[in-house]
Amino acid sequence: MATMFARPEALTANPFHYCPGCTHGVIHRLVAEVIDELGIRENTVAVASVGCSVLAYNYFNVDVQQAAHGRAPAVATGIKRVLPDRVVFTYQGDGDLASIGTAEIVHAAARGEKITVIFVNNANYGMTGGQLAPTTLPGQVTTTSPSGRDVTRAGYPIRMVEMLATLDGPAYLARASVHNPAQVVKAKKMLRRAFEVQMQGLGFALVEVLSSCPTNWGLKPVEALRWLEKNMLPYYPTGEFKCLQQAV
Amino acid sequence: MKTLMKGNEAIGEAAILAGCRYFFGYPITPQTELPEYLARRLPEVNGVFLQAESEVAAINMVYGAAGAGARVMTSSSGPGISLKQEGISYIAAAELPCVIVDIMRGGPGLGGIQPSQSDYFQATRGGGHGDYRLIVLAPASVQEMADLTGLAFELADRYRNPVLLLGDGVLGQMMEPVSFNPLPAGETVKPWATTGCRGRERNVVNTLYLNPEELEAVNHRLQEKYRLIEARECRAETYCTQDAEIVVVAFGIAARIAKAAVDGARAEGVRAGLVRPVTLWPFPYRMLAGVLKRAKAALVVEMNAGQMLEDVRLAAEGCVPVSFYGRTGGMLPGSRAVLEQIRLLGGKKYGHYVRPA
Ligand SMILES: Cc1ncc(C[n+]2csc(CCOP(=O)(O)OP(=O)(O)O)c2C)c(N)n1
Ligand code: SF4
Ligand SMILES: [Mg+2]
Repeated sequence: MATMFARPEALTANPFHYCPGCTHGVIHRLVAEVIDELGIRENTVAVASVGCSVLAYNYFNVDVQQAAHGRAPAVATGIKRVLPDRVVFTYQGDGDLASIGTAEIVHAAARGEKITVIFVNNANYGMTGGQLAPTTLPGQVTTTSPSGRDVTRAGYPIRMVEMLATLDGPAYLARASVHNPAQVVKAKKMLRRAFEVQMQGLGFALVEVLSSCPTNWGLKPVEALRWLEKNMLPYYPTGEFKCLQQAV
Repeated sequence: MKTLMKGNEAIGEAAILAGCRYFFGYPITPQTELPEYLARRLPEVNGVFLQAESEVAAINMVYGAAGAGARVMTSSSGPGISLKQEGISYIAAAELPCVIVDIMRGGPGLGGIQPSQSDYFQATRGGGHGDYRLIVLAPASVQEMADLTGLAFELADRYRNPVLLLGDGVLGQMMEPVSFNPLPAGETVKPWATTGCRGRERNVVNTLYLNPEELEAVNHRLQEKYRLIEARECRAETYCTQDAEIVVVAFGIAARIAKAAVDGARAEGVRAGLVRPVTLWPFPYRMLAGVLKRAKAALVVEMNAGQMLEDVRLAAEGCVPVSFYGRTGGMLPGSRAVLEQIRLLGGKKYGHYVRPA
């Protein structure tokens, strides 16, 4: 009997701790499948960040370093400069990457650091219980914007991919979503490209993935996916924003 | 062969001889000659020099590079070292070897750019969060800047611990003849490094332990290592301490000034001596206590408001009065002023306490 569905080798047997319906798990799986398909598991070093995905070091079946909040791109830079022929990727949330770690991500991108960044945008700080993130939508209720994000006081959400696209350093920038099977297939293609770009030595690669947080959004898993589609997609359009085919 | 070099540059050359091929830093006076030197030298030996966007980024690049198994260094001064504290705590927790150079200037705040020793507490007591220790080496000459750099890399690898080389603006910028001594080949086998898991179990560099029992066990293991370092690695220089009644205690450039004052006192018939701790952590308590037991008074001389003073008092355990003479803000204590303090102690039957300047 042929096995149709198995755990990718790039995932350990540890059960995910993510809440039911949280799409961090889907994104983990996609990244692991890409690593398997590219045959790079034993040649890869991952960098886990601080957020719900901090325990990624328990899940990705590769060498891993766990970084301080926001500093994953700097840690990845240190690893990649020592081991230029290894594949190095970070896995970061929106609080981690777009708030406390803004300087690190912008400068890693500007340097054209040959790393791959998986940026999981769930429009809030999941791990600490649902506070306002830089990516929280106007009017969105969080524990620290209890009457909805008031842009006159809390400012406007940051579109990281578009912002990074103004730089010359990045070789690949894309935004994906995983709210339905068709989008999941597209997301995987983008993730694969983001690893290939690094392997081809083209430069910095980042894929932002819109992700659900049913627990802190106060929604059932399916409602959360619908909320994402209805509210996040218009503000954060999916697609490829930069896609170098060869070194410049 | 001796070369005339600035202290900051001597650190750079010694690091290269110690096999360091990676440097991540950010400019700040009075240490900038070190990154500038390495920006030129490292590419010549196929190394990597990277000017980071901040000290925060630099120390995290060090974390990544050290975790990948490399000998790696960063350098800064007070304001930048403050920014590095988060990363230093993580590096200590993850037990990654690296060398951090701190060429002190006057503080607090932006302070000034003149030499100081006001970051002794920050260096020896942590500065970052959690129960961790750095090995802290305090050179007093350009030659020692070079020698202790080599030692710093050895100790970092031997104990898998960050080592801080604590100098000041005088040592960093003055020129002295220096010779570079060949080093024994460092420990290069780092089976724990994250290099890709080909042919072995995967490696994880981590500092998160959500289970308190597990985290306590990690702390116990770290503390055991620190006790071992304390037992093995205390270093100090003594000068004229055999029959010393007045013992001056000073580190770094202040110790050189104090040495001249001790000579002056001896010429006047006062039995003065000097203890110069070379490791500030582990602090040579036992060795200093032995010298103080035979003495009548101690005088601590620092370029701060009295920081190592606390360690000297701990070593003295009340058996001799401990006085203090310090200058702050980038001012240097003159050897004549120190001699005057030694005279005062003699005249006042060793009990005089000098208020911090
Ligand atoms: C320096 C520092 N500040 C704050 C925290 C607390 N903290 C942990 S996770 C987190 C937010 C993570 O949010 P995000 O990056 O969006 O990840 P998510 O949990 O949403 O996936 C914060 C603020 C910390 N660990 N370190
Ligand atoms: S809190 Fe949100 S982001 Fe975190 S695991 Fe739960 S659903 Fe996922
Ligand atoms: Mg988030």
